[in-house]
Amino acid sequence: MSNKMHVKLNVNGTDHEFLAEPRELLIYALREKLNITGPHVGCETSHCGACTVTLNGKSVKSCTMFVAQANGAEITTIEGLGSPDALHVLQENFKEHHGLQCGFCTPGMITRAAKLLEENPNPTEEEVRFGIAGNICRCTGYQNIVKSILSAASELNSAKEAAQ
Amino acid sequence: MKDEVTREDRVAGLKGLGCSRKRVEDARFTQGKGNYVDDIKLPGMLHGDFVRSPYAHARIKSINIDAAMALPGVTAVLTAKDLEPLGLHWMPTLAGDKQMVLADGKVLFQGQEVAFVVAADRYIAADAVELVEVEYEELEVIVNPFKSLQSDVVLREDLIAPDGSIPNGAHGPRKHPNHIFTWEAGELEATNQVIDNAEVVAEAEMYYHRTHPCPLETCGSVASMDKVNGKLTLWGTFQAPHVVRTVASLLSGIEEHNIRVVSPDIGGGFGNKVGVYPGYVCSIVASIVTGVPVKWVEDRMENLMSTAFARDYWMKGKISATKEGKITGLHCHVTADHGAFDACADPTKFPAGFMNICTGSYDIPVAYLGVDGVYTNKAPGGVSYRCSFRVTEAVYFIERMIEVLAIELNMDPAELRSINFIKKEQFPYTAALGWEYDSGDYQTAWDKALLAVDYKGLRAEQAERVAAFKRGETRKIMGIGLSFFTEIVGAGPVKNCDILGMGMFDSCEIRIHPTGSATARLGTISQGQGHATTFAQILASEIGLPADSITIEEGDTDTAPYGLGTYGSRSTPVAGAAAAMAGRKIRAKAQMIAAYLLEVHDDDVEFDVDRFAVKGAPERFKTMKEIAYASYHQAIPGLEPGLEAVSYYDPPNMTYPFGAYVCVMDIDVDTGVPEIRRFYALDDCGTRINPMVIEGQIHGGLTEALAVALGQEIAYDDIGNVKTGTLMDFFLPTAWEVPNYETDFTVTPSPHHPIGAKGVGESPHVGGVPCFSNAVQDAFRPFGNRHTNMPHDHWRIWQTAANLGMHD
Ligand code: FES
Ligand code: FES
Repeated sequence: MSNKMHVKLNVNGTDHEFLAEPRELLIYALREKLNITGPHVGCETSHCGACTVTLNGKSVKSCTMFVAQANGAEITTIEGLGSPDALHVLQENFKEHHGLQCGFCTPGMITRAAKLLEENPNPTEEEVRFGIAGNICRCTGYQNIVKSILSAASELNSAKEAAQ
Repeated sequence: MKDEVTREDRVAGLKGLGCSRKRVEDARFTQGKGNYVDDIKLPGMLHGDFVRSPYAHARIKSINIDAAMALPGVTAVLTAKDLEPLGLHWMPTLAGDKQMVLADGKVLFQGQEVAFVVAADRYIAADAVELVEVEYEELEVIVNPFKSLQSDVVLREDLIAPDGSIPNGAHGPRKHPNHIFTWEAGELEATNQVIDNAEVVAEAEMYYHRTHPCPLETCGSVASMDKVNGKLTLWGTFQAPHVVRTVASLLSGIEEHNIRVVSPDIGGGFGNKVGVYPGYVCSIVASIVTGVPVKWVEDRMENLMSTAFARDYWMKGKISATKEGKITGLHCHVTADHGAFDACADPTKFPAGFMNICTGSYDIPVAYLGVDGVYTNKAPGGVSYRCSFRVTEAVYFIERMIEVLAIELNMDPAELRSINFIKKEQFPYTAALGWEYDSGDYQTAWDKALLAVDYKGLRAEQAERVAAFKRGETRKIMGIGLSFFTEIVGAGPVKNCDILGMGMFDSCEIRIHPTGSATARLGTISQGQGHATTFAQILASEIGLPADSITIEEGDTDTAPYGLGTYGSRSTPVAGAAAAMAGRKIRAKAQMIAAYLLEVHDDDVEFDVDRFAVKGAPERFKTMKEIAYASYHQAIPGLEPGLEAVSYYDPPNMTYPFGAYVCVMDIDVDTGVPEIRRFYALDDCGTRINPMVIEGQIHGGLTEALAVALGQEIAYDDIGNVKTGTLMDFFLPTAWEVPNYETDFTVTPSPHHPIGAKGVGESPHVGGVPCFSNAVQDAFRPFGNRHTNMPHDHWRIWQTAANLGMHD
């Protein structure tokens, strides 16, 4: 179609260039054009957070942004947070503390939590609960998610202390 | 040979029953490598989308697809007319009714599927949906079941005989064109007699509102018809893949061996993914018509409006007792709103599910239950939202009746429960409405719970708070919510439980590999419960190979043995039992191999953790790993090579998990905001397989209970518009609203289950809803409240306070 736009994105350190209609949502560009299927679609109305990615240093719900608006952006998704041989400390802690069940919210939840811990490396339980309130989980009741995030924070902090 | 590792080490190495094994599923889920239905992408795949009815009741005068077909990228637009020659414009429901796949002449609820557009991508499909022109003629809408039974408006003309008479339905006589069935249990006359002559009678009417399971992943399917090989493959969000295969075969005429149904990773089910939906059928037809794969994934609004609902029960109760509080009789009548088609997912013989467990945990000598199912202009599909069939309704009913009776008797509700519990020595106990409870020790659990929360202290604090409120010193009141529940799960015995005629057994097949690892396949499917982790634990303990060496596979009908799927907490009670029984078959053969290798008689070896050892000479043994190797590499006289087993398990009875919950809540009467100060949950699910997973299930189930009790609702206006079609209006709690829960347990094994397990995934929802509701209602009890309906959202709580004059 003639009305397509030329879009450049850097996702998880890799550059991508493609054509997209202006109305195409970022989540569908990621999932269907780039085959990055970690971020999920739970609502398309900004309520559930399943589609959360980090875009230019901020947590963003990729279902509520046109890919055209993201042109030139640097994006991190769950796929960019760790690797099978070197899991992100949040991935380790979600496994350790049973912070997931069906796994559908998990990519968005961990991506959000990673950003939260950058913004606030030493959060209280209340701050964690508030900080992830944009991400809905239907399975876990959040208690173990909160535990996983707090435990990851304290691991990161003790690693930092040890390094000093 | 000297044994260097201790027996405890060997047990620990298996990671079998009872240990908090970390989940094997988590590696892929935490790295974004789950494979959910919308992640499936096949070459040439097209996308389907529905034209849906904006009206709740209307005749369709015409459908014009020309403009849609003219849009570049549109391949097909299917309507009922296209499906009719294939006999697919209607489909059978799980409840013995039939349902339109695409609107056939009329629509019966808002959001009903009218036409199916197939296009190159989801955007073009959505554009084409807008271009399909449908002309409707509005009809009178009925959204209330009581009005429906009085109305002259006939919702389902297809169920009226040409002479105007009303033929029987799947569950017997119907007394009105909009009536579906009457279902009764117990003794009506005897119950009435007891209640009429009782010393004390309490009555209540309660509406258990309509809600929705709303898993985070919506429903969807990908159909791929391979015309060369005549084989249909269907991926989808199916809680019962084998049942879907059978239904697909019956509908399409494709033989069952040529259909492969796959449930990939499922993003939560909670009952939403039990039913068979028009989207699945349309994706299949579209793939057959176009010759390429077709994907259909509903959006959230479609999910809330059209694929299933839960509850919607109008319940009327009478309970009688002596002055001392001994319950003598219980009467319950339900008017059940089933929506436009009876698509409830219940075993065939139970059109109201297991609502007849409504005598609860109490020794009630005589009882009666009557249920009338009714058609209205609402979405079809009454599913068991995180509960066994209608058990949440039953437990809510009895736990409210107990509270109301306590008010009538002016008695403490905890004490009233204690007086009436079925006693430990009464098990197995046959309840007045027919079920045989397998095992229980209710009083012990109750006492433990009340002690843990310092119940007496809480009541004293509450009395002080009431006094302070009356003195004008506080605007916050305090509620103590109690619930004691008995679930009935693990459906079920083939003699009385079937779905579409298929008995509700389940299955497990085990293959032991030569090097001592194993693959086991089951007829169930995990939607987050962690089957790959916990079933391997059952098997590890049964066959003596480490859980880490056992792969569990589910959800692919080409490989898994036939099973009835995962819902109603049936996985552990039924498929878990099949796993244990198949494991025992493996062990029986292993015993013969071991005896041969050790050159002793079969009876002279015994199983010990991970090996067979000669009785009285434990240093002479063969490990299961060695036995597995021998079974493939050595000719053993009288035995076939290999080590495999399969078990189809028909449970002799249901299992009856139970629990005791206490919720402490503070309520601001001016804002209507409830604050959960404490929630204590004691669960008894029999033998505990993985305490970590159990605790996770309880946290999740309680949170879904909180949602339902405190705000989650599918609401309609008078003309059938869904008022809660997005997550803006449909309440899903966030981390901010949810408390931390305290969990506890007792263990009363099921006497008939091979490992004594009862199932746990749904207990917290079943017990949690009345507990949260009772907390709200208990807070208002000292001010004159008897019963108010859920959901107790801030507005309704505020209104309750206003009605009781607490704002004056
Ligand atoms: S899909 Fe983006 S917030 Fe739900
Ligand atoms: S783990 Fe299922 S939605 Fe969070």
